[in-house]
Amino acid sequence: MLEIDIYPLEMRLEKVSRRNAINILLGSGIAALGAGTIYPIIRYIIPPAESGSGTSSVSAAKVGELKPNEGKIFKFGDKPAILVLKAGGDPSSAASYVAFTAVCTHLGCTVQYRADIKNIWCACHNGHYDLNGMVISGPPPTPLTAYTVAIKGEEIFVSSAKA
Amino acid sequence: MAEHSNWLYRWLDERVDLQGLEKFLRHKTVPYHRHSIWYYVGGMTLYLFVVQVITGILLLLYYKPTAESAYESVQYIMTEVPFGWLVRSIHSYAANLFIGCVFVHMFSVFIMKAYRKPREFTWISGALLLFLAMGFGFSGYLLPWNQLAYLATNVGTSFATMVPVVGPWILEFLRGGKEVTGATLTRFFGFHVAVLPGLTTALLAVHLLFVQRQGMSVPIVIEDEISSKKADRRELPFIPNFLFRDMLGWTLALGLIILLATLFPWEVGDKADILKPAPAHIRPEWYFVFMYQTLKYVPKVVGVFGFAIAGMVWVLLPFFDRKSNRGISNKLYTAIGIIVVAYMIIMTAVAYLAPGE
Repeated sequence: MLEIDIYPLEMRLEKVSRRNAINILLGSGIAALGAGTIYPIIRYIIPPAESGSGTSSVSAAKVGELKPNEGKIFKFGDKPAILVLKAGGDPSSAASYVAFTAVCTHLGCTVQYRADIKNIWCACHNGHYDLNGMVISGPPPTPLTAYTVAIKGEEIFVSSAKA
Repeated sequence: MAEHSNWLYRWLDERVDLQGLEKFLRHKTVPYHRHSIWYYVGGMTLYLFVVQVITGILLLLYYKPTAESAYESVQYIMTEVPFGWLVRSIHSYAANLFIGCVFVHMFSVFIMKAYRKPREFTWISGALLLFLAMGFGFSGYLLPWNQLAYLATNVGTSFATMVPVVGPWILEFLRGGKEVTGATLTRFFGFHVAVLPGLTTALLAVHLLFVQRQGMSVPIVIEDEISSKKADRRELPFIPNFLFRDMLGWTLALGLIILLATLFPWEVGDKADILKPAPAHIRPEWYFVFMYQTLKYVPKVVGVFGFAIAGMVWVLLPFFDRKSNRGISNKLYTAIGIIVVAYMIIMTAVAYLAPGE
């Protein structure tokens, strides 16, 4: 700072030559144009948040559709989910059912219900979950997210709300 | 030569001969005379093509090419996606400006006889690019799947039946069936985003290669002035003089397009409905209007074949104009060019000013 102050005024003005001034104007103009082009493009390519994608409750099945010791995969929002009627359970009682996200916590494959071993199984890397969603064996790092089951009339509703 | 202390420059230069490229670009020049302004139109056309490629790719992120969802997806782009209205409106306005530039470029080349020997191939590739540009316009027009587009495509594709023997086959090829349906939409989408861009890129490469190899054509009158010592041969360095002028034009064009897109965002129209009748005074996009209007005055067969033959003659024009090929000013061809332009303008004007005629 001190360095600049020792120059007389005329010399300091000369430091910004006409060429420099034009370069600065042109450069900032181009930079502004670039920013004005890039900004809308970036905003555009990020998809807008979909209204109603946070599905909270869906009708998963009809009462009587599932037999005891049977599972069904249904659509919960944009993802698959699984509804299981426990072996020996009463099809008309919500307590006999369990529901989880059907997305394996390991690498995202869709899981299925295995009636022979009575647990939820992921075919991709042989991951097993019990009917509480807990990992029994295999690579999955965390349990499956559980959903709440309720019966209203003839419909079995599954919701993401806490029980 | 610029300082080559930059390690990246040196690293690249040792591998891809950057110095050779630099030398080539520094020596590239463009003829400088009183008609030089027309040289910028080609560059403008190229720039608008790039704008179309970029905005077209952006539209592909949200557009859905089926009869059930095309219209809704365009509405979604216009109303929900941030700056979607801007991207689509730029694509629509730049498309029209692009076709306009193609026409101006072509007629300026025509009037200056730049197609004459040795640039016949540049002209032919350019003329074919004009047809591709019109194909882009025609196929892209249908993609929002609105009522006007549906009707325009019905009319436009129906001309295929006029072709002897293979006409019905061409019609079905274009429509993906006997009628304009969702199958036509999917097909036109394929033409618009894959077939035409592929062909255009290849032909454009040929076109630009010829321009590069042979340099810009100097009009015969200027050549005559130079050879009779009435004028000096002057050249403008391509970099930076010509390129900067080009870029100034591009920036202004982008500003104009954004201004139009902001003040008058491109409409989506009403969704296509086969049960709705055609509205009165329906007409195609402006660059097809002169042909459409002509068909009101002459029998369909005469009109369609007349334009088909005229189109072919136009492509092969350099081989008809022998006089210009010998470097002699050909007033007859200048007159023909002016008559063609005047005909197109008058027909278009009549269609817009007296739509009932």
